[in-house]
Amino acid sequence: MMRFAVAVLVAVLSVAALAEGQTGGASRVALPTIKIEKGDACVAPTGEMRRNHMKFLLHQRDLTVHQGLREPRFSLKQCVDCHASRTTGSVLGENGFCASCHAYASVKLDCFECHTPLRETGAAGTTRVTGKAAKTR
Amino acid sequence: MNPDRRQFLAWGTAAAAGAALAPGLRLIELVQARSPEEAASALRRWGLLIDITKCADCDVCVSACNEENGLSSHGRPQTDAQWIRKVALRDTRSGYAQSLPLMCQHCAEPPCVDVCPTGASFKRDDGIVLVDKHICIGCRYCVMACPYGARSFVHEALSGQKADVPRGKGTVESCTLCVQRVDRGETPACVEACDRDGGKAMLFGDLNDASTDIHRRLRSEPSRQVRADLALNTGVRYQGL
Repeated sequence: MMRFAVAVLVAVLSVAALAEGQTGGASRVALPTIKIEKGDACVAPTGEMRRNHMKFLLHQRDLTVHQGLREPRFSLKQCVDCHASRTTGSVLGENGFCASCHAYASVKLDCFECHTPLRETGAAGTTRVTGKAAKTR
Repeated sequence: MNPDRRQFLAWGTAAAAGAALAPGLRLIELVQARSPEEAASALRRWGLLIDITKCADCDVCVSACNEENGLSSHGRPQTDAQWIRKVALRDTRSGYAQSLPLMCQHCAEPPCVDVCPTGASFKRDDGIVLVDKHICIGCRYCVMACPYGARSFVHEALSGQKADVPRGKGTVESCTLCVQRVDRGETPACVEACDRDGGKAMLFGDLNDASTDIHRRLRSEPSRQVRADLALNTGVRYQGL
């Protein structure tokens, strides 16, 4: 009986230690910064956007380039305008909406090799023309 | 008189009254911007008519293009992107000198599209020749195929692109006829600048629409294509060449 009580105690303590270890470990992993800058709702439910945003963008990209369809719903420009940080004016950078999640998921982000990561009217005092924030990716 | 006939005559009278409102005033604008949900249509063909006799000795079209499309110089003219340039012509016998703006001629039969191995170089339904940089591999066959030297290659990493004009290292680019402005129902930046600050030498419009100024002038005045011998049916036409 005594042996069983000790075993239970050891098990409880080890689970507690493990849980503590996990929380300690989680703080070492950079979690993505998901800060919604503008509006209450995205163009689709959050789950759908997380799973399928790349498909929406790919589809829209071909329609826009080849047929001139510039419907704003899934346009990259629209994504950037809502999601760019209000301090840096960019979706890239350490806490950038796109960059932080892509860094977490370890998925290379190619869009902003060509497209500007800056919103139309960036943070106060910065404009897209200067493009300084684009260099800090 | 039956009611249908009476109705028809009433409409006719109303239409005549509308037409007589004032000369030059239209109740319905002839060229309307496409809605964003409407695809570019093969019923239209965008083009330019450039009157070289009015082309002033300036480069406002070039600087307007650079500004609109975010083309910045690296200080290396050999490799810097150039979507439009002023070309100086001089008759060696008489010494008569002219200059003209030269850019992508938006051919109906574009050689750049013929040679592209990936389909990145393409002609949009409304006649604008573009590069889909998503699928361009930077082979530069089109640069070599273009008889007008209109295409540029982006050699260096870029930043500070315009939101409507994505540009990136390793892809080919050229005049897009300011497709982002045309889709909004505006004219290309070079045409607007030439009208404002230059010699009003450039005219933009739909080559297929008989009611446009460009169609009327091409119909009634002489014009030329650069290298017409290649039979590319260019969308950019010149007068006074």
